[in-house]
Amino acid sequence: MKAFTKINGLAAPLDRANVDTDAIIPKQFLKSIKRSGFGPYLFDEWRYLDHGEPGMDCTNRPKNPDFVLNKPRYQGAQVLLARENFGCGSSREHAPWAIEDFGFSVMIAPSFADIFFSNSYKNGILPIVASAEIVDRLFKECEATEGYKLNVDLETQTVTAPSGFGFGFDITPHRKHCLLNGLDEIGLTLMHADDIKAFETGHKAVQPWLFA
Amino acid sequence: MAGKTLYDKLWDTHEVRREEDGTCLLYIDRHLVHEVTSPQAFEGLRIAGRKAWRSSSVVAVPDHNTPTNHWDRDIEDPISKTQVDTLDANIKEFGSLIYFPFKHKNQGIIHVIAPENGAILPGMTVVCGDSHTATHGAFAALAHGIGTSEVEHVLATQTLIQKKSKAMLVKVDGKLGLGVTAKDVALAIIGKIGTAGGNGYCIEFAGSVFRDLSMEGRMTVCNLAIEAGARAGIIGVDDKTIAYLKGRPNVPTGAVWDTAVAYWNTLHSDADAKFDKIVELNAADIEPQVTWGTSPEQVLAVGGRVPNPANEADPTKRTGIENALKYMGLQADMPITDIKIDKVFIGSCTNSRIEDLRAASVVAKGKKIASNITLAIVVPGSGIVKRQAEEEGLDKIFIDAGFEWREPGCSMCLAMNADRLSPGERCASTSNRNFEGRQGPGGRTHLVSPAMAAAAAIAGHFVDVRQA
Repeated sequence: MKAFTKINGLAAPLDRANVDTDAIIPKQFLKSIKRSGFGPYLFDEWRYLDHGEPGMDCTNRPKNPDFVLNKPRYQGAQVLLARENFGCGSSREHAPWAIEDFGFSVMIAPSFADIFFSNSYKNGILPIVASAEIVDRLFKECEATEGYKLNVDLETQTVTAPSGFGFGFDITPHRKHCLLNGLDEIGLTLMHADDIKAFETGHKAVQPWLFA
Repeated sequence: MAGKTLYDKLWDTHEVRREEDGTCLLYIDRHLVHEVTSPQAFEGLRIAGRKAWRSSSVVAVPDHNTPTNHWDRDIEDPISKTQVDTLDANIKEFGSLIYFPFKHKNQGIIHVIAPENGAILPGMTVVCGDSHTATHGAFAALAHGIGTSEVEHVLATQTLIQKKSKAMLVKVDGKLGLGVTAKDVALAIIGKIGTAGGNGYCIEFAGSVFRDLSMEGRMTVCNLAIEAGARAGIIGVDDKTIAYLKGRPNVPTGAVWDTAVAYWNTLHSDADAKFDKIVELNAADIEPQVTWGTSPEQVLAVGGRVPNPANEADPTKRTGIENALKYMGLQADMPITDIKIDKVFIGSCTNSRIEDLRAASVVAKGKKIASNITLAIVVPGSGIVKRQAEEEGLDKIFIDAGFEWREPGCSMCLAMNADRLSPGERCASTSNRNFEGRQGPGGRTHLVSPAMAAAAAIAGHFVDVRQA
């Protein structure tokens, strides 16, 4: 996993609640057996006017001019502003793969769906939960200010807007450590292999039927 | 000291390590695997030169991409075929307890085949790269969906890095009216707490309604916990749980069975257990449900009218209603029963078990589907369900009424195979998600119970199954 420390990135506002992972990456793209290459199909049904299929070259597909990520002012965005319950529905990790491949490394919303939230961390993306009032303020500032960039610093756990407005955010020490260092979680867990083996032995003694 | 919730008991018996910040390593007993969310995980193991920690914990089946008809033609979509072939190769290389390849007589939806083959036992932790893993909470198992990185983590370490959720109790007491099913109860709960209502919680379902439900009905309810935002939904063990398990393959026998049953009977919340949140519904208030929008929380009783955005004060919600009405092609204030449909889908991990097919067949028996219905399909959840339905003559009832009787699989729930809606088509579906494009780009989905879907097929529009 790539590390995340800090960015000063252009923000784009996706003003919709309950955005589900089917919308983030439609099912036809789940047929891939790879982890990469999903960015061009991010929000496919909203972003393009035609129907997308895996393997399609998206450079000449007709784009929906009304969709926020197609607007010239948001090209190159790295911070996605979203509304409540972002990433609900299917557990597909293709959703954060598409978001990361598109170029986003930070998402800010009042709430995220549980599975999507943990999937994001595994892919070097930082999901930040902020109050509805803060998120609303960011939406308004972003829409009013062309070239609106947010400064996101994981070390200090702070976000600062061009207006000087800023706020702190929570993250568990474990997730922070993994993200800052781009660590392989499996490798870290396997450092506790003896603990797992010891647990397994005890577990088997109590509930042997689980190991039949 | 307060007693323990069922969730506490399941969690505490699986915690391998706990860090200071509460991050835990949780031991995983059962790992369900399907073809869509696993290829990158197996590839990760291969690249790192890692083995599966305990391959006998793995139960695998291809289900999302498999066709539900013309099995003689194999899988015609080459990309789908590659994904299914990749699962075959990965299971061959890494091993499993159970694997039913495409066309195996017991193949079917992972969440249907695992319980029916005795692979889900009370007290287990169960994961799958699939959000509907919540289904297995019906057995007092802590079961939830995970992402592909976590699939790889579980394969390599038999553990998951987790923080404990809060505990919510959803209590529904009283008796359900005739024609009101587990699906209606689950949709009514989602309608009440919203699709984000369960975020950060494990939901325990309790009360006389859930005790009265069959194991199939309980699986339907737990399956939909994720649509309420909860990773997991659980129900305590009772005699029905034990009776369901007895005699199935992979379930202990003899003296071990007796010991296991004694243990399983402790798997319920203590009387003095404390929950972080309690939600109560009255069974008598629950009517057959129909979703009208593009989120499962956008749901109404069949006698209701489509909402009017003008009546919604919250701007984000108002926009949500406006977007949904536009996408769904519906008028504000129109009666639900005026909504005409084009297609009917009876199936999915939510509603494709024998009891679901029986309920739909009772409504369809001796009738014909309406002339405006262009396709009505019944997709059993597994080969075992299909054979049992055929022994009971249900296939004949459906075929005589004009339904197509298909081979098992996920099918039109998410339309990764050829079963899908065309743009603008409207479907009465027993599945779990009415998201935009879920059943095909531009397709319009209304979630209902199997009986309500069958009644809608016969009438050509939604009707109250109690009057059908």
